[in-house]
Amino acid sequence: MAEATLQANEPQKQAQPDPESAPKQAEKTESLWKDVWYSLRQNIPAMVSLFVILLLAIVAIVTYFWPQVLPYDPYAQDLSASFQPPSAAHWFGTDQQGRDIFSRVLIGSQISLTVGLLSVAISLVIGVVLGAVAGYKGGIVDTIIMRIMDMMLATPSILLAIAFMAALGRGIDKAIIAIGFVSIPEYARIVRSQVLAVKQSDYVAAARVIGDSDAVIIFKHVLPNVMPSIIVRATLGISSAILDAAALGFLGLGVQPPAAEWGDMLGRGRNYIFAAPYAMIFPGLAITITVLAFNLLGDGIRDAFDPKARKR
Amino acid sequence: MLKYVLKRILLAIPVLLGVSIIVFLIMRVFSADPAPVVLGQHATEQAMEAWREANGLNDPLIVQYFNFLGGALTGNLGESYYTHTPVTQELLSRFPATIELALVAIIIASVVGVALGVLSATHKNSVIDGLSTIIALVGVSMPIFWLGVLLIIFFAGYLHVLPSSGRMDPLLQPVGGTGFYLLDTLLMGDFEAFSDAVAHITLPALALSMYSLAVITRMTRSSMLETLGEDYVRTARAKGLKKRRVDIHHALRNAMLPVTTVIGLQLGSLLGGAMLTETVFAWPGIGKFVVDSILKSDFPVVQGAVLLIGTIFIIINLVVDVIYAYLDPRISYSKEEG
Repeated sequence: MAEATLQANEPQKQAQPDPESAPKQAEKTESLWKDVWYSLRQNIPAMVSLFVILLLAIVAIVTYFWPQVLPYDPYAQDLSASFQPPSAAHWFGTDQQGRDIFSRVLIGSQISLTVGLLSVAISLVIGVVLGAVAGYKGGIVDTIIMRIMDMMLATPSILLAIAFMAALGRGIDKAIIAIGFVSIPEYARIVRSQVLAVKQSDYVAAARVIGDSDAVIIFKHVLPNVMPSIIVRATLGISSAILDAAALGFLGLGVQPPAAEWGDMLGRGRNYIFAAPYAMIFPGLAITITVLAFNLLGDGIRDAFDPKARKR
Repeated sequence: MLKYVLKRILLAIPVLLGVSIIVFLIMRVFSADPAPVVLGQHATEQAMEAWREANGLNDPLIVQYFNFLGGALTGNLGESYYTHTPVTQELLSRFPATIELALVAIIIASVVGVALGVLSATHKNSVIDGLSTIIALVGVSMPIFWLGVLLIIFFAGYLHVLPSSGRMDPLLQPVGGTGFYLLDTLLMGDFEAFSDAVAHITLPALALSMYSLAVITRMTRSSMLETLGEDYVRTARAKGLKKRRVDIHHALRNAMLPVTTVIGLQLGSLLGGAMLTETVFAWPGIGKFVVDSILKSDFPVVQGAVLLIGTIFIIINLVVDVIYAYLDPRISYSKEEG
């Protein structure tokens, strides 16, 4: 990856005197992304995963704007129809309140994807800024930031997230904050180590010589070079965020009823595990498939960015 | 070496202090007032005020923190709001159950994970390699509690061969001893009780081990593939040594270095997974206790448990670092960070 990032930045070094350098640089950057996309397209599991994720996103969006496409109202209770096994009428069966599990699994994609994306966005933005500042500034700033990160890493993240939820109370917004917050150190660490490596390079020295400010150097020169690792980490991060959210839901700390969330559905089915196993099997399958897709896509993107793994 | 260990221990102290601050802040600052939860919605304001006063919740935060810290240093983590039993006692009585579960899980994960990893590296692109890749992928993608549920449905509900919850048949439970039922029953020579303990721990340990098993398999495979490509392995093969001997004695021994680290770190993360597994299998350990206490706003218990788990986590990381430094002479003991 170092090779690729250096290549991509080569024109920046020569940029100053050459008026044609801007289009050239754009071309080079574009070609890196083109290469990555080309390499990703050869990776069948990653492409299938991308398809699954897009499909989930479409399901989430369509069921949000047009809930009438669902076979049943996911919130309508019908106690006379509780715990019906899977059938032609109810593909995944019905839950204790007689709600259609298939409709609830479909609409559950909204919450899982939202939590996955937003909590990663929170940890990404805060983690990247903290990591970049720590790595670039060094010294006491670095020590303080990284020691705090160490402290957060010193407790299992799910335990911290649970403690947060206990303190903040139930709700999907709080789950997003809790999960986003506990993953900050992972991003901060990755970005810091990458920044430490990039900081020594010639083009950063050159930028400093021509008088660029620290902020410009960090955001314009350093961060674009650590983007590949961040993208890979974020893709994999979505999968662990979805897993954590499901765990919170399972423990009864997630959404408020009657919202449909996969982990919550699993948790509620627990008392009827032998009588109605399907109430737990299908939501769990949905979580596993989604997480698997993000993991495979993340692996694929990592390989695509790695020139050593990239086959031309 | 001793200097290195001492330095690592000294470095762990501020981290532990930090953990205690984070836990304290979460539980006391962000959290809502526990009085109505503990005393019930209908308690009078006077009763709640008296309760807050009695539990030191009216003191300034800094005083509360130092009371908590001072107590923690002397092994006093306060009392549970509900049972009024000392938290230390509650945690210690549940500690063996969690550790026993985590140890059995890490043994399963290490043995199966290393074996699968080695097999898939030495038989690259074979059926077994494909199978282990699938296991590794599904293992990291499956929620631990869902796997637990599936195991219960299949082995307890469908086949009726293993129990679905609890740690042991209460009638067979060993009295006294270490609290580690597998060890106690074995030492007492009570094989009926031992096999009952084994039957109870099998499903939760399997569920808990899956994630670590997947990580260890992947790590062993990639580490093994790397060493198999090394010159000394080729030399050994060129000298006419048997493939199996080279694989085990030359490649695996060197490949184990990063694997050891991963195993150690996994042991730490199992403590987090234990909370979910214990809840699924009604395993009477610290994890289930913490979850129950969180749901009841029993702050002293939650604070104490998080601090205890954080401490164990840090100790495990420390031990892993030291073992790693011992195994790999290239790591200098005076290095800033491991």
